[in-house]
Amino acid sequence: MAESQIVTPRPYARTSSAALPLFALAVILAALITLPFWATGYTQRSVLEFLYFLALAQAWNLMAGYAGMMSIGQQAFVGIGAYGLVVMAEDLGINPFLTVPLAAILAVILAVPVSWLLFRLKGAYFAVATWVIAETVRLTVNANIDWLGGGRGRTVRSLGQFDRHLREDLGYWVALALAIIAVFGVFFLLRSKTGLALQAIRDTENGARSVGVETRRTKRIVYLFAAAIAGATGALIYIVQINVRPDAAFSINWAAYVIFIVVIGGIGTIEGPILGTLVFFFLRDMLADLEAWSMLIFGLIAIMMMLFAPKGLWGLLNTHRPVLLFRTARRLPERFAAHKEGE
Amino acid sequence: MIAMSTMLNGVLLGGLYALYGLGLSLTFGIMRTVNLAHGDIIVLATYLALITTQVLGLTPLMSLAVLVPVMFCIGYGLQRLILNRTLKDGMMPAVIITFGLSFVIQNGLLLGFSADRQVLRQGAIETMGVTLAPGVTIGVFPILTLAVLLVMIFALQAFMGRTLLGRAFRATSDDPATAELMGIDGKRIYGLAMGLSFAIIAVTGVVMGIRSNFSPFDGPARLIFAFEVIIIGGMGSIYGVLAGGLILGIAQTIGGAINPTFFQLAGHLVTLGILVVRPSGLFPETIERD
Repeated sequence: MAESQIVTPRPYARTSSAALPLFALAVILAALITLPFWATGYTQRSVLEFLYFLALAQAWNLMAGYAGMMSIGQQAFVGIGAYGLVVMAEDLGINPFLTVPLAAILAVILAVPVSWLLFRLKGAYFAVATWVIAETVRLTVNANIDWLGGGRGRTVRSLGQFDRHLREDLGYWVALALAIIAVFGVFFLLRSKTGLALQAIRDTENGARSVGVETRRTKRIVYLFAAAIAGATGALIYIVQINVRPDAAFSINWAAYVIFIVVIGGIGTIEGPILGTLVFFFLRDMLADLEAWSMLIFGLIAIMMMLFAPKGLWGLLNTHRPVLLFRTARRLPERFAAHKEGE
Repeated sequence: MIAMSTMLNGVLLGGLYALYGLGLSLTFGIMRTVNLAHGDIIVLATYLALITTQVLGLTPLMSLAVLVPVMFCIGYGLQRLILNRTLKDGMMPAVIITFGLSFVIQNGLLLGFSADRQVLRQGAIETMGVTLAPGVTIGVFPILTLAVLLVMIFALQAFMGRTLLGRAFRATSDDPATAELMGIDGKRIYGLAMGLSFAIIAVTGVVMGIRSNFSPFDGPARLIFAFEVIIIGGMGSIYGVLAGGLILGIAQTIGGAINPTFFQLAGHLVTLGILVVRPSGLFPETIERD
């Protein structure tokens, strides 16, 4: 009954100007779905990589940009997904492509106890604790479990049952599905009641709690969602790469690239990570032969962005006239808006 | 005998880890943001010592006379020119900037010095040992490390406890807004704290370079050890750093004695265990603040 007195701000009403982005979106999606039929193998592999980095970036952005959880340990779940693939496909005989959703579930199951520990920590403690946990998992897998192949890792031999082209095409579509789930999952989550809670937490966590937002529950939903995406991505990456080694699967670079992507594109928006992933791939392609230089330059760019454009490239594009591709912002009801002006 | 020598080695290793943690604890306690480039800056200091010894012909320990003031200025500049600009936006910008810096330092060192492992040569002291009992021999330099650590801890404790500037450090840590009202320039305090942290890092880097060989990508592991020292000891506590270092060192050597692959893992597990039981560490001294 109290419910009826609460004025829930509505998402922006859809206007005719939304028709154009929707049309563009349909064209892009159609092009992406049919890509294996018209693009070269090189393009397809590049787009595949783009798609899974986009999925990881969206998940990290939701976590860091909205829920204020600055994780530098998502590689823990990428690695868990990768080893989930190895165990399920090799030892349990499950179809490798089916292990992708199963790896997401595995990551969530392991993320629940991890979240009990992490959620007692704040800010910088949280950040480094995520990394310590990822290192702990890596070292455990690396040295102590012969079954997982130790430091040499294991190869997913059961992928040999698929023809190479079929494997690459299926892998590509799985990556596309994953990216779509990540982008639209974040989109619909942000438009839901949980999304409203999240945006309140982003603006001020204590304030949100004081008006009755269940901050802990909301943050846990986000953390588990991000773990699921990272787990599925881990399984997918090693369907493509076949050979799973702990140093690579649990590499801090999975976190680092994603942080660079989100910082370049713009933290706390859906559009930012998309733009960021595009720019990241463009830069990485240009610097492909100079690996040390490219990491150095990405580090410098992250520093510069934080100093001069903390809202990222998308924030720069939006300074004068807001472009809303993904409408997640909310408008106050008229009577509150009028009241505000009258003050 | 084996148990005793394991414990002794753990204590001596812990002295080095406490050195890693000391500089980080200082800035973490005052600014409440973590410097993710801390480990890489230790390695950077070691390479700067390498250059100093080669160019000026000094021994590594003598090079500290040049290195400590230089590092102090770098730290002061980093805080005042870069990190202080982002203070109003919470801890995330500083975390991301230092994360970016970490990649800049690692790859800059790789480009400048190649991935070959290097070592600082101090001379005979590196390999000298003292035999305490049959089968129990400990190195002289690790004992010296422990002594250096203790001197720095007591000096830092006296500085924080007895001087006007130390009091300003603690006031800024507890409540920067009120400290500002009392006429303390918070941004200057942050700059000095980072400078002091970098001066400590200079000593840490030289000690590390004499004790073991090093390469451009050694930083992240040093950061993790430093952070574990703070988690175990408790944020802001200077004596906690000593306790954290010793516990981490002993945990690693005991783990390593059971099985060489448990060495680092045992340290991580003890750290996570402390986080479960006492999330603010054994001897926390700072006030909780958002």
